Amino acid sequence: MSDVVTALDGATFNGTIAVEDAGLTGMITLRGDFASTSFQNAVTGVSGVNFPGKGEVNSVGDRGLAWMSPDELLMIVPYDQTNAALAEITENLGEEHHLAVNVSDARAVFRLRGNGNVIREVLAKLTPADLRVAALPTGRVRRTRLSQVPAAFWFSAEDEATLICFRSVAEYVFGLLRQSAAEGSEIGYF
Amino acid sequence: MLILTCPYCGVDCDETELGAGGEAHLKRHGPGSTDEEFESYIFQRENPRGVHFERWRHAMGCGKWFHAARDTATLEVFGTYVAQAFEPPQEIKDKITAKRPGWTWRDVA
Ligand SMILES: [Zn+2]
Repeated sequence: MSDVVTALDGATFNGTIAVEDAGLTGMITLRGDFASTSFQNAVTGVSGVNFPGKGEVNSVGDRGLAWMSPDELLMIVPYDQTNAALAEITENLGEEHHLAVNVSDARAVFRLRGNGNVIREVLAKLTPADLRVAALPTGRVRRTRLSQVPAAFWFSAEDEATLICFRSVAEYVFGLLRQSAAEGSEIGYF
Repeated sequence: MLILTCPYCGVDCDETELGAGGEAHLKRHGPGSTDEEFESYIFQRENPRGVHFERWRHAMGCGKWFHAARDTATLEVFGTYVAQAFEPPQEIKDKITAKRPGWTWRDVA
């Protein structure tokens, strides 16, 4: 068996904020009818966190649910429990129309740590999204672009953000974040 | 720069997060239609200076299509609404009337 590694294999960078490869993360893309009680129960039962409202992300420890669109969620679970979680969802939903796919190895996850205002500034240099606390408070997910590629991010605490992009552009996004967080590049906008 | 609110996510999207989908509320004419109808469907488009209705896609986001009403000259956005609408909702038309009395677009007014 080959060793499973992330695209960046644990890379870290320390600049105006710390940018870290978040390591192996279990991720399941889920589509279904949010109004369906059985869909809600299946999803919350497996993830162990509350069903997110529009634009929200709920997480407890290393498990979470992020609202990605009116019919799409991203479930986050420990990497080695992904297939078991997927099997449980499929079993719970049975014949109910839904889609559940393990996308863990198709994505790259970054953790951004430091002063919250500086994290917001590092991201704001790369995305047109509104990074003000009022527009993106803790617990709210934003899908947007980072420079030329799609990405999603949220603040799990005021001093910590999680960022997800496609695995194929992990190196590109890491480069963007390194440049945006380079020492001496502070603007102090937020 | 154009900023449109995605009616599904409720977030304000920059133009660069969106995909432009051209004129809104086109009726598809396919097999069985007249040559004139087919030509109109394929080639004839509104190109107004002023009130216009368009389709946009929240490409770098939820991925959903939606509609937008805006002024092509001033870039003022009157509102956005769901893709499932066959014509501009009354609420959007009222907002436009408040700002551009006497406006027309195709057979909508
Ligand atoms: Zn959207």
